[in-house]
Amino acid sequence: MEEFTGNIWVLGDDIDTDIIIPTEYLALETIEEMKQYAFSPLRPELAGKITAGDIIVAGKNFGCGSSREQAPEVLKALGIRCIVAKSFARIFFRNSINNGLLLIEQPDLHDHAEEGEEICVRVNREITCGGMTYPIASLPDNLVEILQAGGLVKAMRRRNGLAD
Amino acid sequence: MGQTIIEKIIARNIGRDRVRPGEIVTVNVDRVMLDDIMMPFIVSKFHEMGFERVWDPDKVVLIYDHLVPASQLDDIRHYKVGDEFARNYGIRHVHRSDGICHQLMTEAGYVKPGDVVFGTDSHTTTYGCVGAFSTGIGYTEMAGILGTGKLWVRVPETIKIVIDGELASNVMSKDVILTVIGDLGADGATYKALEFVGSAIDRMTISSRMTMANMAIEAGAKCALFTPDLKTADYCGTELDSFQKALVGDEEGNYCKVLTYRAEEFVPVMACPSQVDKIRAVSQLDGIPIDQVFLGSCTNGRLEDLVAAAKVLEGKKVAPYVKMIVTPASRKVYEEASARGVLQKLAEAGAIITHPGCGLCCGRTGGILCDGERVVATNNRNFLGRMGTSKVEIYLASPAVAAACAAAGKIISP
Repeated sequence: MEEFTGNIWVLGDDIDTDIIIPTEYLALETIEEMKQYAFSPLRPELAGKITAGDIIVAGKNFGCGSSREQAPEVLKALGIRCIVAKSFARIFFRNSINNGLLLIEQPDLHDHAEEGEEICVRVNREITCGGMTYPIASLPDNLVEILQAGGLVKAMRRRNGLAD
Repeated sequence: MGQTIIEKIIARNIGRDRVRPGEIVTVNVDRVMLDDIMMPFIVSKFHEMGFERVWDPDKVVLIYDHLVPASQLDDIRHYKVGDEFARNYGIRHVHRSDGICHQLMTEAGYVKPGDVVFGTDSHTTTYGCVGAFSTGIGYTEMAGILGTGKLWVRVPETIKIVIDGELASNVMSKDVILTVIGDLGADGATYKALEFVGSAIDRMTISSRMTMANMAIEAGAKCALFTPDLKTADYCGTELDSFQKALVGDEEGNYCKVLTYRAEEFVPVMACPSQVDKIRAVSQLDGIPIDQVFLGSCTNGRLEDLVAAAKVLEGKKVAPYVKMIVTPASRKVYEEASARGVLQKLAEAGAIITHPGCGLCCGRTGGILCDGERVVATNNRNFLGRMGTSKVEIYLASPAVAAACAAAGKIISP
């Protein structure tokens, strides 16, 4: 069973994709150029502070709004290891899995977690934070397959008989 | 046990008698919509995946709308990438300056009742107005569909929304859907289908239904569905076949929730900054000064919306310190509004008429605002920073409310 730890950034409810990456930066040529503007309408300093392996903990409906796949891509490019939220918007959920970004639904962690804390994630089992344990559900098999392939592009390359 | 509309569409698509909510199935795609913003990413993912041909080029529609006409030099690359892809893979359905993708998909006849359609924009839910299952996806999944013609979906549960009676004359379908979103919450329909029924829905035009299907995503819904009727057949230029006629939610269908409204109870409302589900009666907000009005978008940029605004503005002028921007949803809307003298009336009242397209809705092209400014807008989202800086206050409203506010220079009921 996969297990990892990371420091957390805590965000609220309804973090929409316009907040994650505003429309005005969507025509930049690469995700690398875009990532510095992540969360700029809400917390302009955040993108500069996130380091590889960090985890986002959020309230309900994370990733609501537009279908822009740049949203999970900039978070992945910033080094976010996974996102734990009370719930996710459906397009963001699919886009994240398709880019190999792990999302975990957990109803209670957000109410107790404090920014900067370290949490430990045991995939498909539980999260521990501040001495408390929070159970998490398993992902459906078809999503695990895409995640394990490293995202949908790699899964399709395999289908088409190409190397990773 | 009966079936809901979405269950009937998915079952038919995969050649089964019925499907159940929660099942994961692979559907055959009838049509896809690719928009300009996502085009470079779709193309690079398509190549990375190693596909050599598009599964069915005639089922692909490429529409330039968010970035038309170009307002940043980067925008032009999107047209070049799109044109090259269309040329190389035999895609004939390309719209370069005809209007907003979601308006064109039904207006130009690309979507029929019962179809399964995906687009790279969240407001792809719009085509439920003609009884199609349509929803937004990301560019990686779109690249996968372009290669395979298939996509996995989880059969959604359905929330039925029943609205009987007659709406008041100052109430539009925008007020109805905003009220419903307020009741459901911004995540109240996440992963679910919405099904709209009742005598008030039967009376609505396709344009009015389009406004409601368009905004279903603002409650998190996967799709919104309206039963195809004679108006639908007329709008789509088709006769309904037996499958399409049967796209009615069964009485004993498996609904996870039913909301029931009397049409007479709806009043003009607004979504207040900066949440789409923060709904207040316009009368509660009376007197708040405004700087700009935006009338347009795939939510409310159609002929009936422009007509409603022109009627409210009859014999009035836009307040001198207010800029009113009118952006028709498509070239066809623009031409019809022009032929009927509606654009003339709006211009005479002091509105700025722009080219068809997404315009200010996504903060592109003209009309962005700065800190402390307030805009009443007819589009679908009032998120932070969507129309300029993050300290702009966006109030979402119907075209009639927006026009009344433009003339008064403050928030006021029509």
